[in-house]
Amino acid sequence: MNNVFVICEIEEGKVADVSLELMTKGRSLANQLNCKLEALVLGHNLKGIEKELYPYGADVVHIGDDERLEPYTTLPFTSIIVNLFEKEKPQVALLGASTFGRDLGPRVSSALVSGLTADCTSLEIGPHEDKKAGKTYENLLYQIRPAFGGNIVATIINPDCRPQMATVREGVMKKEIYDATYKGKVNNLEVDKILKPEDLVVKVIERHMEKSKVNIKNSSIIVAGGYGVGSKENFAQLEELAEVLGGEVGASRAAVDAGYASHERQIGQTGVTVRPKLYIACGISGQIQHTAGMEESSMIIAINNDPNAPINKLADYAITGDVGEVVPKLIKFYKQNTK
Amino acid sequence: MGLKIVVLAKQVPDTRNVGKDAMKADGTVNRAALPAIFNPEDLNALEQALRLKDTYPGTEVSILTMGPGRAADVIREGLYRGADNGFLLTDRAFAGSDTLATSYALSCAIRKMDKYDLIIAGRQAIDGDTAQVGPQVAEKLGLPQVTYAEEVLSADKKKIVIKRRLERGVETVEMPLPGVITVNASAPDCRPRNAKLLMKFKHAKTITERQSESEDYIDLTADRPYLNIEEWSVNDIETDVNWLGLSGSPTKVKKIENVVFQAKEAKRLTPADEEIDELMKELIANHTIG
Ligand SMILES: Cc1cc2nc3c(=O)[nH]c(=O)nc-3n(C[C@H](O)[C@H](O)[C@H](O)COP(=O)(O)OP(=O)(O)OC[C@H]3O[C@@H](n4cnc5c(N)ncnc54)[C@H](O)[C@@H]3O)c2cc1C
Ligand SMILES: Cc1cc2nc3c(=O)[nH]c(=O)nc-3n(C[C@H](O)[C@H](O)[C@H](O)COP(=O)(O)OP(=O)(O)OC[C@H]3O[C@@H](n4cnc5c(N)ncnc54)[C@H](O)[C@@H]3O)c2cc1C
Repeated sequence: MNNVFVICEIEEGKVADVSLELMTKGRSLANQLNCKLEALVLGHNLKGIEKELYPYGADVVHIGDDERLEPYTTLPFTSIIVNLFEKEKPQVALLGASTFGRDLGPRVSSALVSGLTADCTSLEIGPHEDKKAGKTYENLLYQIRPAFGGNIVATIINPDCRPQMATVREGVMKKEIYDATYKGKVNNLEVDKILKPEDLVVKVIERHMEKSKVNIKNSSIIVAGGYGVGSKENFAQLEELAEVLGGEVGASRAAVDAGYASHERQIGQTGVTVRPKLYIACGISGQIQHTAGMEESSMIIAINNDPNAPINKLADYAITGDVGEVVPKLIKFYKQNTK
Repeated sequence: MGLKIVVLAKQVPDTRNVGKDAMKADGTVNRAALPAIFNPEDLNALEQALRLKDTYPGTEVSILTMGPGRAADVIREGLYRGADNGFLLTDRAFAGSDTLATSYALSCAIRKMDKYDLIIAGRQAIDGDTAQVGPQVAEKLGLPQVTYAEEVLSADKKKIVIKRRLERGVETVEMPLPGVITVNASAPDCRPRNAKLLMKFKHAKTITERQSESEDYIDLTADRPYLNIEEWSVNDIETDVNWLGLSGSPTKVKKIENVVFQAKEAKRLTPADEEIDELMKELIANHTIG
């Protein structure tokens, strides 16, 4: 009762990265709150899935395995989760801010009248004093999130309703094995008893999932190109630089829209959030929707022919010049100095 | 076969192009300098509704918005593009609503409207940025939902087939009606204003707007009822006040910080060979690369 829950997402038969990242966060919250960490997995053919979750510190793994739960649709998942949460009364429930979590989370929170905070970038535990009502609270979840197009950062709390629900985007939290030998227990859910015919009215007729090939999120070096790169051909130079440095190529939305790079490489508010060791921004102006996805990079090098480009405000090094001239030089001098 | 469609549209400050004047000297957001606009993805939602109207004659498209009085602009904007009528939900009782209280209020208003077949919302508003209101309205009304819709492939009175855009692919789903869909920015852009409709609806107003006109203002709504934008306060819809506004909102904003661009000084370099050479040496020496 009153534990921390992570609603896990299954991707190609495995627990998705974003869910494991939340398990790591959930474990540290549970330790702080002195309670258990429980994972919830719904889908089909999930045999052995708990083994993927124990090393992240799962004390209990609730599994609902039924052919009607694959592929995902909103209503049956909602019914099962609401049913479980009404019994277990979690104090905190986390899920990924993916298309899955952002479809499911609001539905569940509405049914439980519990409140949901979207797209948190940080989760902390802290007290709260409501001076007007003369009430004090201990151990609330501070749900910290950007809003207003990234121009403000708000700390949201749910003082009175449970669970305190939050979604977090992929790549925001760190995934870390808690204890490779950790063992929890499984609770098999009686899906058949919960599902009603009206839960099954939406039908997935077809889906083709394009496999996620690119993995810019986990790359420690990212060479990102913007509209200022100018052409797909010039983008090839960035690929070369990324390759010699052992990194990946990322892109701004303007570059993706222009067809220089594929959508899965988009970084920013509507793309992925990254925080590599080194981010090289080439011909990117540095609009807030882009910087929201990369501003936590440890080091930023900006290459822009406009000395006043906003990206330079974030940069550790601002090279004022043409991408087409600077990028080949970076390759050349890197090679010279590492020979 | 005509459908009855409700489009949920929100008036939002334009947070996308936060220019120099949109930030105050202290680095905080100057809301007054941000123009109020039709939430971008709600325009995508409206376009989907208008396409259904093109395909199925007899379809009626209503715009529902909750907000301050000036949010009637959103309704007029919708009328200029082909919507049939609009409803403004406005009351102090709604102030301070989180997404749950917003969804509750919207769902009560929808219940009061004529029978509907389909509710279309945008995926996400660009100020609150949560993408929660669509699914929560669906839950409050006990209707099925399809989020991230990119295209309505077909529809009849009983069901609708929709293409969804997900992170790593696309999905085609079938949903019985009535139901709720939320539309993605990747869906087609909304058609522009239509000159004839602009003329027709230029004087469409809410009752409050009409009352605040000067004395020689001629009220046209008696013989042109389409010029009336329906305005509802909390008393016009059936609600439980405990579920509205601040008290109906489980989430509370504890603290807000404006993002101030810290004046971290960048090291300025030129493309000269020796400077790039020096940079690479530095990065290799401090193990950033190599
Ligand atoms: C800084 C800040 C942070 C916030 N964080 C949260 C949070 O984490 N959780 C939370 O529950 N609330 C939060 N809120 C409150 C939330 O912004 C408001 O409740 C808002 O009215 C609706 O949320 P949204 O803008 O995110 O809309 P979204 O859920 O993103 O909107 C989706 C769609 O719903 C429809 N819609 C939304 N609002 C209306 C409306 N008023 N009229 C008609 N249609 C509408 C539109 O079609 C829209 O495209 C926050 C508010 C602020 C100021
Ligand atoms: C709701 C919403 C969500 C968004 N989400 C994202 C997102 O996730 N990611 C994202 O990136 N954007 C996003 N955007 C778009 C964002 O607002 C910007 O439009 C986009 O980031 C701009 O891309 P850019 O910097 O490549 O292009 P531009 O703004 O056009 O900048 C090009 C830059 O290149 C420089 N330049 C030109 N030629 C050269 C040259 N030869 N050598 C060197 N420099 C040169 C120019 O000086 C300029 O600074 C979003 C927008 C909205 C409204």
